[in-house]
Amino acid sequence: MKKNEKSATSDQLLHDHNHDGIDRRGFLKCMAWAGTGAFCVIKGGVLNSYSLSGFPLGGHGHKGDLSFVQISDSHMGFDKAANPDVVGTFKAAIEKINALPVAPAFILHTGDISHLSKPAEFDTVDQLLKTASAKDIFFVPGEHDVLGDDGKSYLERYGKGAQGGGWYSFDKNGVHFVGLVNVMNLKAGGLGSLGKDQLEWLEKDVKHLSKSTPIVVFAHIPLWSVYPEWGWGTDDSAQALSYLKPFGSVTVLNGHIHQTMQKVEGNITFHTAFSTAFPQPKPGQAPSPGPMKVPADQLRTLLGVTDVNYVRGQHALAVIDSNLT
Amino acid sequence: MKPRTLTLAIATLLAAMSLTVNPSTFAATPDDKSASEVAVKIDNFSFSPATITVPVGTTVRWTNRDDIPHTVVSDDKAFKSKVLDTDEQFTYTFTKPGTYSYFCSVHPKMTAKIVVQ
Repeated sequence: MKKNEKSATSDQLLHDHNHDGIDRRGFLKCMAWAGTGAFCVIKGGVLNSYSLSGFPLGGHGHKGDLSFVQISDSHMGFDKAANPDVVGTFKAAIEKINALPVAPAFILHTGDISHLSKPAEFDTVDQLLKTASAKDIFFVPGEHDVLGDDGKSYLERYGKGAQGGGWYSFDKNGVHFVGLVNVMNLKAGGLGSLGKDQLEWLEKDVKHLSKSTPIVVFAHIPLWSVYPEWGWGTDDSAQALSYLKPFGSVTVLNGHIHQTMQKVEGNITFHTAFSTAFPQPKPGQAPSPGPMKVPADQLRTLLGVTDVNYVRGQHALAVIDSNLT
Repeated sequence: MKPRTLTLAIATLLAAMSLTVNPSTFAATPDDKSASEVAVKIDNFSFSPATITVPVGTTVRWTNRDDIPHTVVSDDKAFKSKVLDTDEQFTYTFTKPGTYSYFCSVHPKMTAKIVVQ
């Protein structure tokens, strides 16, 4: 993370409120300051930004606040020109995590852990993650993790306690987390797919939660239509989102596209993460979505991790991307 | 060279040729199945040519030239490759006529077709 030149202070932004007290445009603008170490918290409808070094949660956090990290697309085993050293950049990502002023409670890995579903690739990622400050890691598979055996070896490793194709949910500090799998049984010409069994499970899983429970959904392929021509979307996500719409705060965290992107739709905030391995082009700006070669000194500006913070009682989660410089 | 030596030389040469040359070394005739192979290239998240028409008995050889792994899977499960990393290949010999639509099971937007006549 770039260090801020100024000393840590808070810059208050006052925006006109909507009737519901949420200023989404301001929130998105604040999230766009990501990478400078800025940090946004909505408090009573007012958007506050803090530099990370001055964030009040460090040491003064309230019980019930929650901080976690999302990493994605480590592609362990990839060794082509776009990044011949995915181990090195993964280590740099872990160093970023370990340097956060507030140690995350856990890490979410949104898939493409490995590049070719090889045991040695999964082993390497597991070994490297042992050096992270957070010891609990939650995974969902990417399409590169379920090659050749319909996900059997992925599920043996990471699917304990999970349903069907590896989906599951858990609760932390009053936030409900749902890990979804949308990379199995893909149909010719199609996009990502959740499937009937998983959708039925999801409907039941959230049905009895109070509507004020914040929900975080994480899955590999984006659950909104980023760019269908490149497979960047999920065919049956609309049904999944219909079960989540009644809730006051839903955050969807995805990977797969190897770049950060966000979108707000009602009470649902969508966010995609950097890869720790290689960047991919922006939608339509290359013949295909493959690994994008950039000058060596730029690579780490296009890879990164995502820090997510929930302040109890606040509406939206603060989602901050940081690159690896 | 003496005529007798020349005759012997020619005879030896012809004998040698008959041991090393067989008819299929020359251009294959249309119904010569053993030499019939067609190439499909996988690159930039696409199969090319996207549609090919081949006679029964043709072997198709897919080569992945992309820097990302892909698979070759027919819609009706007639054939299914293992995952192909860069420069890896998959072959399948079509013994029955028909239209075989196939796709990459990792990136299902990649679709193509083989028509076997």
